[in-house]
Amino acid sequence: MTALEVSDVSHSFGKLKALDHVSLAVGEGQFTALLGINGAGKTTLFSLITRLYDNITGTIKVAGYDVRRQPGPALARLGIVFQTRSLDRDLTVRQNLFYHAALHGMSRGDTRARTAEMIERVGLSDKLDARVSTLSGGQSRRAEIARSLMHKPRLLLLDEATVGLDVKSRLDVAELVRGLIRDEGVAVLWATHLLDEVQPQDNVAILHQGKILTAGTARDIAGKSTLEQAFLSLTGVEEGVL
Amino acid sequence: MSGTPLGWRGRMRALYGIIWREALRFAKQRERFLSALVRPLVWLFIFAAGFRSVLGLSITPPYETYVLYEVYVAPGLCAMIQLFNGMQSSLSMVYDRETGAMRTFLVSPYPRWFLLSAKLLAGVVVSILQVYAFLLVAWFWGVDPPPLGYLTVLPALVLSGLMLGAMGLFLSSTIRQLENFAGVMNFVIFPMFFASSALYPLWRMKESSILLYDICRYNPFTYAAELIRFGLYGQINWLALAVVVGATAVFMGGAIYAYDPSKGMLGRKSG
Repeated sequence: MTALEVSDVSHSFGKLKALDHVSLAVGEGQFTALLGINGAGKTTLFSLITRLYDNITGTIKVAGYDVRRQPGPALARLGIVFQTRSLDRDLTVRQNLFYHAALHGMSRGDTRARTAEMIERVGLSDKLDARVSTLSGGQSRRAEIARSLMHKPRLLLLDEATVGLDVKSRLDVAELVRGLIRDEGVAVLWATHLLDEVQPQDNVAILHQGKILTAGTARDIAGKSTLEQAFLSLTGVEEGVL
Repeated sequence: MSGTPLGWRGRMRALYGIIWREALRFAKQRERFLSALVRPLVWLFIFAAGFRSVLGLSITPPYETYVLYEVYVAPGLCAMIQLFNGMQSSLSMVYDRETGAMRTFLVSPYPRWFLLSAKLLAGVVVSILQVYAFLLVAWFWGVDPPPLGYLTVLPALVLSGLMLGAMGLFLSSTIRQLENFAGVMNFVIFPMFFASSALYPLWRMKESSILLYDICRYNPFTYAAELIRFGLYGQINWLALAVVVGATAVFMGGAIYAYDPSKGMLGRKSG
């Protein structure tokens, strides 16, 4: 079964066509990078998958559940790390995780056990009772990843998760997510405009001006050139944009 | 296999979590609590003291004797606390919508109507805490309804809180111009508060202007204030009850519609 299946989805804001017949699949436990420059439509696609907007045409399925017809089971199997910081800054890390667990109907016992497990996994055990406002950028990103996995989703969406982080934190976050795929078996859709986060064996889909230009492994897309060169020639954007 | 229980057991946990978070946030924001308490007390201590000599009140239900103006105005001030709280919490939802906080909330697997109702209920719980704190201080100021009244006013406060919260939710989700609090003060809170029975009985209003009297009669806030006033004296004002329940249903229906991803404004917003 596929963790995410997007078929022929289009979405417009007034006259602006943000997504144009987009199709995309992410297999169970797979890492897929969604590459695109800012404004390509990545955030719109994520908003449709999370049902923040309704998918006007086409279908989106999470772990086999149509997000429009069966939003409950679909959202229950979905975890997300948003581009903007979304932890409650006035509360502690623990309180944020508990709130999220409650929103997913988790029992107290499960919540405690899973909190201990995830917080250790992201390496923030000593920060559990710290206010979010005292965390660094990288730490709060990791806390958000822990939160998104509290309810054991089958699919994890990350929207530009490493933007605004220093090089070390970026590598840490990317490494953490790849480790989670191994340990938790969760599938990941990783939206980014930073090509160096993609490894040759990764699945890649290139989104540009609302259209999927190509999909395949990074190695195949790059061919004899580099992924960056392939990306630039496919999208026609200037090198400085990346 | 996902561990999320989608039935009622899970929903109750979500409801509990939403109320818990709201109360926690409120406890951490001391200034918010203080200003929520000071506002009605200023009205009670200063405005009512000055007004008391100007305004004579005849015996109007639910009061059985002549009452001091402070006593008359206290239930209206309870309603004002809830009005402010309702508008404030729904405005914070508008701000939240721009940031991730609202998204985090809306990706919960439970239906939107349930989440919005839970959010609304959490706001009502907070507003009731504020009202009781106010009533406690007012008691020392000579506003002393029958002891049982503190209990019988509770259902009235729940209903009026729901109505005013739902109204805030509806207004904030539909009217974009209301995104700053000054606008809300001018165009919602002040007109609703002044053109109601909160500060003066409606028969007083009738003496000065029939038009104003009619406006007050069609203002749902009047009925919230009256429901609380009667509740505080162990009585039920059936008309007020009917209007408050009806208005809650209308506002809530509108808010749920506006937050529905396939119909309301969320889907039209660019981003």
